[in-house]
Amino acid sequence: MTELTVREALRDAMAEEMRADDDVFLMGEEVAEYQGAYKVSQGLLEEFGAQRIIDTPITEAGFVGIGIGAAMAGLKPIVEFMTFNFAMQAIDQIVNSAAKTRYMSGGLVTVPIVFRGPNGAAARVAAQHSQCYAGWYAHVPGLKVVAPFSAGDAKGLLKSAIRDSNPVIFLENEILYGQSFEMPDGGDHTVPIGSANVLRPGSDVTIAAFSIMVGKALLAAENLAGEGIDAEVIDLRTIRPLDENCIITSVKKTNRLITVEEGWPTAGVGAEISAMTMQRAFDFLDAPIIRISGDDVPLPYAANLEVEALPQANDIAAAARELCYRK
Amino acid sequence: MAGSKKKAKISKSSKSRSAKAAASRETLETYFREMLMIRRFEEKAGQMYGMGLIGGFCHLYIGQEAVVTGIQHALEPGDTVITGYRCHAHMLVAGADTKAVMAELTGRASGVSKGKGGSMHMFAPEGGFYGGHGIVGAQAPLGAGLGFAHKYRCNDRVSITYFGDGAANQGQVFEAFNMAALWKLPVIFVIENNQYAMGTSVKRSTAVQELCQRGEAFGIPGQQADGMDVLAVNSIADEAVAKCRAGEGPALLEMMTYRYRGHSMSDPAKYRTREEVSKMRQERDPIEHVREMMISAGYADDDTLRDVDREIKAEVNNAAEFAQNNQEPNLGEIHTDIVAVD
Repeated sequence: MTELTVREALRDAMAEEMRADDDVFLMGEEVAEYQGAYKVSQGLLEEFGAQRIIDTPITEAGFVGIGIGAAMAGLKPIVEFMTFNFAMQAIDQIVNSAAKTRYMSGGLVTVPIVFRGPNGAAARVAAQHSQCYAGWYAHVPGLKVVAPFSAGDAKGLLKSAIRDSNPVIFLENEILYGQSFEMPDGGDHTVPIGSANVLRPGSDVTIAAFSIMVGKALLAAENLAGEGIDAEVIDLRTIRPLDENCIITSVKKTNRLITVEEGWPTAGVGAEISAMTMQRAFDFLDAPIIRISGDDVPLPYAANLEVEALPQANDIAAAARELCYRK
Repeated sequence: MAGSKKKAKISKSSKSRSAKAAASRETLETYFREMLMIRRFEEKAGQMYGMGLIGGFCHLYIGQEAVVTGIQHALEPGDTVITGYRCHAHMLVAGADTKAVMAELTGRASGVSKGKGGSMHMFAPEGGFYGGHGIVGAQAPLGAGLGFAHKYRCNDRVSITYFGDGAANQGQVFEAFNMAALWKLPVIFVIENNQYAMGTSVKRSTAVQELCQRGEAFGIPGQQADGMDVLAVNSIADEAVAKCRAGEGPALLEMMTYRYRGHSMSDPAKYRTREEVSKMRQERDPIEHVREMMISAGYADDDTLRDVDREIKAEVNNAAEFAQNNQEPNLGEIHTDIVAVD
């Protein structure tokens, strides 16, 4: 087994798909000569040249629209956002042009495109640069929304996203870029979109998380194990389409559920999972579902306030104790 | 071309009329037929809207026929076209089936978008037409993207990207201009300036009313043409397309045109006078213009042109009947075509 950082895994996924398919190209701010604002596209310009690794001006609505138009014509663009915060400049194109065109055209025109980049809070960059968009895009029919945690899943899911003939929102995390993970064997490693993964089996409580929150959930589970609480941790990996069966199977076993997300609580991913679980496994629940989320505030800058506003492993562990009546 | 090089104020008809004396009989017949088809189709659509057979928004193209017709004849297979929501005519010139377009307007199963798009969202990719977009100005970057694809594939195809005088004020139009010029994309931006963005006239929406100048800051050459004169439109489009194919990058064409009907069917038209509209219809009608040329050149007489009209009306009536009688989509269609199943 080799180890790779998430950053390297994402780069490898793009490089492999670009080698395999001439229609795949990467565009975005600083992806070429700068090698990526977060160095995710390191080396790609050298290998693929400026025709396929394309620096754009700072003009999100414009280059997203260009990417979508190119996809309508049959190319397979990867559009990098320096961060998903800036994608709001282009969210009309993503929702109205990318997500809806297949439907509005009765299937005549498709938009095979990947929008990727870091999502959520980084570190001390304040409210306008620290927002989780999982719930926003998961709301939209016509989009697929992916948010991996490990390097292996980042690579496997990005390869699947590039091959997918639908628009895929690929949510990365800046803090995870530098983390190393063991990589699965096999040259052409893909992970199917829409499948969650039980990372840690357990019998007392289910913790469903995605992206960087998976790490916090795993840490919480480790701490809980010392107290005799056996937590099952699910890495959702895909937010839309949600792997409902994985969650429901787990809840039927543990009878307790905690959802964890960095984004805001109202109409969020946790709210969606809660409603779904109520409908599909109401009789199996021994306690109310607990949603752990970022606080319902714009993210503050001060170090202590930022930590307090974001979900931490301790918050998850405390919720598990509450659900298991072990205060 | 006199009509294309001058600042063609469309009210000054004598100066802006095409000087192309030698348009062939065949060319004029084709233009006449195609423009009349659009006219009759749209009149029928308006009628059916009034009868409650067409719902929602319905933006008619009546008065603007010379623009799409003249430009389409400058294109070749493989070229692409995109526009906003006033798209019925663009569908017809792209070769879409009249019945399927009308059935889309009535929201029926055999509509081009299976009844899921309606008046504003129709596509004919096999004819190079990519819609049919409802957010004003959003088609400008999309059209630049179609041009990007042509360039990426190293073919010599061009992208025609239509938008209106209203969309000309949207920010993303300028973002598209910037990148199209920067990357020398084969895109011809065509402003269909019908002089009113809904009810707001050009002079009430921008300080510089010569919209063909809008590309200059980005290095995109702009020209204005008489959009009521199909020969003038075709001539300027031919020239622009040839340059674009040769790799000279984007161009901007402003077509001075006029819509006779309201912005959409619910338009009270308080923002302009009846006289203005009827003067346009009487003095500048693009179809009448071709009819006069044909008659004065001895290519046709009133009787033969009436026969053409009759033939077109029959086809349109046939489409209308089909569109009324065609079944509504199966309820199962609600949940298809959302994401492709790979």
